[in-house]
Amino acid sequence: MSDNKVPVMADLAAEGRAPEILFWVGCAGSFDQRAQRVTIAFAKILNALGTDYAVLGKEECCTGDPARRAGNEFVFQMLAQQNVATLNAYNVKKIVTTCPHCFNTLKNEYPSLGGNYQVLHHSQFMQELIDEGKLVVEGGAFKGKKITYHDPCYLGRANDVYEAPRAVIESLDSDFVEMRNCKSKALCCGAGGAQMWKEDEPGNSRINTKRAQQALEVNPDYIAVACPYCNTMLTDGVKEAGKQEDVKVIDIAELIAMANGL
Amino acid sequence: MQFVQITLFILLSGASFFLFFKQAKVIYDNIMLGRKEKIHDDPAWGLQQMLIIAFGQKKMFKITSAALLHLVIYVSFVITQIELLEVFIDGVFGQHRAVYHFFESHRWLFFQQLYYLSINMIEILSLLTFAVTIAFLWRRNIIRLPRLNKPEMDGWPRKDANLILLFELTLIICIFSMNIGDRALQLKGGNLHYPALNGGGFLLSGSIAPLLTSLPEGLLIILERFGWWGHIIMVFVFLNYLPKSKHLHIMLAFPNTYFSRKEPKGEIINMPQIMNEVKSMFDDSFVAPEVEGEIKFGAKDANDLSWKNLLDAYSCTECGRCTEQCPANQTGKLLSPRKIMMATRDRIEEIGLGIREHGPDFSDNKSLLGDYITKEEILACTTCNACVEACPVTISPLEIIVELRRNLIMEAADSPAEWNNMFTNLENNQAPWQFSREDGLNWVDDMN
Repeated sequence: MSDNKVPVMADLAAEGRAPEILFWVGCAGSFDQRAQRVTIAFAKILNALGTDYAVLGKEECCTGDPARRAGNEFVFQMLAQQNVATLNAYNVKKIVTTCPHCFNTLKNEYPSLGGNYQVLHHSQFMQELIDEGKLVVEGGAFKGKKITYHDPCYLGRANDVYEAPRAVIESLDSDFVEMRNCKSKALCCGAGGAQMWKEDEPGNSRINTKRAQQALEVNPDYIAVACPYCNTMLTDGVKEAGKQEDVKVIDIAELIAMANGL
Repeated sequence: MQFVQITLFILLSGASFFLFFKQAKVIYDNIMLGRKEKIHDDPAWGLQQMLIIAFGQKKMFKITSAALLHLVIYVSFVITQIELLEVFIDGVFGQHRAVYHFFESHRWLFFQQLYYLSINMIEILSLLTFAVTIAFLWRRNIIRLPRLNKPEMDGWPRKDANLILLFELTLIICIFSMNIGDRALQLKGGNLHYPALNGGGFLLSGSIAPLLTSLPEGLLIILERFGWWGHIIMVFVFLNYLPKSKHLHIMLAFPNTYFSRKEPKGEIINMPQIMNEVKSMFDDSFVAPEVEGEIKFGAKDANDLSWKNLLDAYSCTECGRCTEQCPANQTGKLLSPRKIMMATRDRIEEIGLGIREHGPDFSDNKSLLGDYITKEEILACTTCNACVEACPVTISPLEIIVELRRNLIMEAADSPAEWNNMFTNLENNQAPWQFSREDGLNWVDDMN
C-alpha cells in the first residue's frame, strides 16, 4: 500500500459524490504529532477495507468540547453551529471518529443544535467489521504480548462503551489483562474538562502519573488507548516512571494497523 | 392515667408532625429558589429509576460490603413501619396491641400469624441492625474509613452521622425493652392491660422475658412503657431531626431518582439563550426569542442553580463515594465533589433563611462561588463523570461545577491565562492550538 489517498469531502461534493461515512479527524488527530500517527493508522485501515469515506480537512472545526467544559459556552456555540452547518450542508449521515471527546459532542450535544448523525467511535466501527468478518485481523505480531486497556472517560462512563475496544484488542492473538480500576471505575487520565490546556491545580501528584502507575502494575508490554488525550497523558506518565523503553502506549487503531502490516 | 397518656400522645404526635411539615415546607421553598427547569416528562421512566435505584438500591452495590450493611438497616426501617402503625392506633385509643387483638376477636388466624411473622421479622432485623449500627460507628470512628473522614466531614457533619447512629441504637433498645416488658407482664398475668397473646412470645423478646418474671409488676410496666414511649419519641425526634440532617436522603432519594436526567451522562446541558444569540450572529434572518428578566451566565450563587441541583444537595447523605472516585481528589487537589454538594445545601439554607427574615431582596454580599466553593476547586475538575457514576442516588456534582465554571469564565471573566490562550486559538484557528486550519491535512503527506 504505497499510494494512500484520503478523500476530502469538498472534492467529492464537486464531483457530485456523497460518501457513506465521514471520518471526523479531530484537532488532536489533525495537528498533534503523536495523534497524527493514529489518524494515519485508521485512514490506512479505512483504505484497506475499501470504505466509502471522506474527511472534512480544512472545513473541520474543533467540536467545542474543551470550550464548553471550561465554561465558555459562547466559543462552544460558535464552533458547534459552524460544524453543524457544514455537516448538514454535506448531508452527512454517519460519522466515525478516533476521539471520544469529538464522539461525545457530535453524538450527544449536536442534536439540540440541529445536528443529528449516527456517530461511531472507531472502536465500535472496527468491532462491527470484525464481527461481520470484513476486517480480518492477523494475530502474529502480538502473540504472547501483554496488553492492558485504559478506558477513556468520554467513551466509557459518559457513553457506556466498554466492550467494543476490548473486542478489538481481543481480536489480536495477545494476552489481554485488565487493570485494577477499569470500565466504570477507571481513573481519568487527567486531560478531560479542558485540563489538557492548563497546568494541574496544586496537589500531591498528577492524575496521569497515578493512572500510568496503575497501568504499569499489571506489567504490560502495551497500554492500549482509544483517545488522543489519554495517549499523550499516559505516554508522559510512562516516561515519568522511566518505562518508555519497555512499555508502549498505543491506540487500538495502531494495534490493528500493525497486526495487518498496514 | 390512661387519659393522661392518650392526651400526651395526641399532643406530642400533633406537635411533631406540625413541626416536621413546617420544616419540610422550608426545604421545599428553598429548593424552589432554584432556576425552573423541566427534567423529563416521562413518569413511567422516572418511576422505573426510582424503583430500581432508590427502592431497589441498585447503585449501592458498587461497593458490596457497604451495600449489604446498608440493606439491613434499610429493610429493617421499612418493615418497622408496620409496627409503627399499631403504635399509633394504641396511642390514640389507649389500647394495647390493638391490631393483634382485633384479628384475634375476629378469629382471623391467618392475620394473627402474619402479625407474628411481622413482629418476629422486626425483632430479628432490629438485632441485625443493632450489630450493623455498631459496625457503622466502628468504620467511621475506629477504623476511620478514608472516605468518611475527609476534611469536609470535620465538625457538624461527623457529629450528625454519629448522632443518627446513636438514635438508631436507642430506638432498637426501646423496641426490645417494650417487647420484653410486655411479654414478662403477660407471663405474670393479673394485669388486664397486658393480656397474653395466644401465639405466645415473640422470637427474641419471648426468650428473654421468662428471666424477668420475678421482677415486681411496677418495674415491668416501667420497662414496657419506657420502651413504648421511648420508641415513639425517638420516631418523633428522627422526624424532626431529618430536615436538618444528611439523613434526609431516606425521603429525598425517592424524588431525586425519579427526577434523574434522561440525557446521556456525557451531555452538558445546552444554554438556549447563548445558542440563539450565536445563531442570530450567523443568520441575519434568525430572530432570537425575547428572554424575560436578566440573563445570567452560569451560577454564581446557589439560587442561580437549577432546582434539581438543590434537590440533589438535600438528597446527599455525604457517603463520599463521589469524592473517593474523584481523580482530582485522589491526587491531593482541593476539589471534593461531596463538598460541592454540602456547600450548595448550606448556602441555599442561608439564602432561604435570609429571604424569610429580610424579604426577597435579601443580600449578604456572599456567594456560593468564592465564599463556599473556591475557583481552585472547580478548576481541578476533569469532567470525568466518576462522581456521577459513583452516586447511589443519581446526584450530579458535575452539573454544579460546570455551572460555576460558566459563571467564572463568562461573567467574572476570571479564566486561567492558559485557557484564555485556548479560547483565542479556538476563535482564530478553530483549533485549541496555534495551528492554522489550512494545515489540517498535512498528516496525509506522512501517510505514504
